[in-house]
Amino acid sequence: MPWTKVLIDKQDFENAAKDGLRSLSYRDALREAQAQLLRAMPEVYLLGEGIDDPGGVFGSTVGLAKEFGPERVMDSPIAENGLTGIAAGSAMCGMRPIFIHMRMDFLPMCMDQIVNHAAKWRYMTGGQVTCPLVIRSIIGRGWGSAAQHSQALHGLFTHFAGLQVAVPASPYDAKGLLVAAVKSGNPVLFCEHRWLYDFKGYVPEELYDAPFGKAVVRKEGKDVTVVAVSLMVYEAVKAARELEAEGISVEVIDPRTIKPLDMETILASVKKTGRLVVADNANVMTGISAEIAAQVAEKGFADLKAPVLRVGLPDVPTPAGSELEKAFYPGTADIKLAVNRVLGRGKSNL
Amino acid sequence: MTLTPEIKLDLLRKMLRARLFEEKIVEVYGEQEMKTPVHLYIGQEAVAAGVSQHLRTEDYVFSTHRNHGHYLCKGADMKPIVAELYGRATGCAKGKGGSMHFVDVSKNCPGTTAIVGGSIPLGAGAALAIKLKKESGRISVAYFGDGASDEGVLQETMNFSALHKLPVLFVCENNFYATNSPQKARHAEGVISKRAPGFGIPSAFTDGNDVEAVYAAAGLAVEHVRSGKGPYFLEFPTYRWKGHVGPDCDYEKGCRPKEEFLEWRKRCPVEGYIGKLALPEGELSAIKSELAAEIAAAWAYAKASPFPAPADLYTDVYN
Repeated sequence: MPWTKVLIDKQDFENAAKDGLRSLSYRDALREAQAQLLRAMPEVYLLGEGIDDPGGVFGSTVGLAKEFGPERVMDSPIAENGLTGIAAGSAMCGMRPIFIHMRMDFLPMCMDQIVNHAAKWRYMTGGQVTCPLVIRSIIGRGWGSAAQHSQALHGLFTHFAGLQVAVPASPYDAKGLLVAAVKSGNPVLFCEHRWLYDFKGYVPEELYDAPFGKAVVRKEGKDVTVVAVSLMVYEAVKAARELEAEGISVEVIDPRTIKPLDMETILASVKKTGRLVVADNANVMTGISAEIAAQVAEKGFADLKAPVLRVGLPDVPTPAGSELEKAFYPGTADIKLAVNRVLGRGKSNL
Repeated sequence: MTLTPEIKLDLLRKMLRARLFEEKIVEVYGEQEMKTPVHLYIGQEAVAAGVSQHLRTEDYVFSTHRNHGHYLCKGADMKPIVAELYGRATGCAKGKGGSMHFVDVSKNCPGTTAIVGGSIPLGAGAALAIKLKKESGRISVAYFGDGASDEGVLQETMNFSALHKLPVLFVCENNFYATNSPQKARHAEGVISKRAPGFGIPSAFTDGNDVEAVYAAAGLAVEHVRSGKGPYFLEFPTYRWKGHVGPDCDYEKGCRPKEEFLEWRKRCPVEGYIGKLALPEGELSAIKSELAAEIAAAWAYAKASPFPAPADLYTDVYN
């Protein structure tokens, strides 16, 4: 299936183009999803600081203000919590807002309205009033983005009942999951990664949903399962290809949404491979990688031939300098190391 | 804004309905069957009555932990809210909200929040929905207290609402205490509504214990908002007789001077209005017994209602 495939480099893009499939970047897939939603659903509107400026949220909203006007593509003051509440209130009264933040680091400004209000409203009203608020935000990385312009907080939001959390890695999912998020009627944290914006992949032209709570196997394998989140899907596929040349068969699973989390697919894979590495571009400390490891320990312990290993960020704020950044961010090599370690091969094999 | 005899009676009936409802809570709270923290509105009823008199069913109301009076005056059905106080399956939120989260969708009361300040942006959000859906003539009301005026969301929301001319009415009930912290310990400037003109929002500061004064001020404000001129800010100084939470008076615990309470007690909005109206004999007692019957029926309904099943814990989280 063309949509399950992640294209990780230029060669992949060129091969896909030869197949004649419609290809879009992650950025354009997001833009197309929003344009089609605005066309199809009068209750949809976009809100966010600078979303109508020439840059258009790294290109993901370019031209939308011109096409749909300032009432449906609304620039906003820098008032994150108040605006989250205003968007949430409008959602409770029939609208379907998409509130957009250039950086995920701005979400802690909105915690009260996201966590105390949007997440809980349906339950507190006995299911009578829903809050279909979608919040797009982008994880930054590199060029000295440092501690306040690069946080990956997706795992944090899985802690709160009532919220759903999408972490699309492919252009297909960027569009399909955003459409599904808006249609779901739930408050959804839609977590993008800045480094995914230029990746291309198959994206159908029509408006379609990608399912929440349904993981996809990005690459099949039999020796080790790697569950990879967001940008780490690419690192994991790359690692799997390189390890294949060394005779190690790695299965890469992309959960696509981490709330709901498709443990069934993960547990089935672990049953097959007996070994698990979880790779996330966020802190390992109480991150989603911790939750996946815990659930596998609870439900699939008997299938494990080795302890679960996690690849993620260390428990320090993001540094600014380029050499410290290199030391901070894990990548393909770290995943390969972890795969070797769960196979009992240790560092000596690398 | 002419005050007809019908409107006067209605104002009195609204205040009495809220007052008698909460007096019943005070009466039975010690039984400990009502296992929910109650934030009573006794003493402040003139505000909700006077404002609600101008509201239509279609208008939205967002309220706070101290919401009983706002919802009852908006016309909320009493049975499901009493059932909610008792945690029953027939409660307005199926026993999942309690006293702090009343809801009545049929009266366009989409819920209340127990996080101070939360009702302010939500109320403006409802007004944004009204504007985007071009439902001209419909308005939204955000109730909050002087404590909530300390929150950043008030400033954020006033700015955005003025910028987009949202049909939202801000109603600040200044009862001079945020939990137990007196306003003078929190504010250099005591008149909260003075901030609104700084955002381009007209405002009024009106005696919140005089229901006819509230009615007059709210009439002008609602007319302004309804006609599409944008938001309006009303501040009503008033007084909470009970503690921040629970059925008791908090001066007994040293939370406020007793003399201060007694001064405000003399200015009871309900008794004052009863005295002012001087209704013919029989008319007041007829209203009271009608309300007593409604209250008795609501309590009987609640207590006869089943509790939710344990499995209901897991429903109503997601769509």
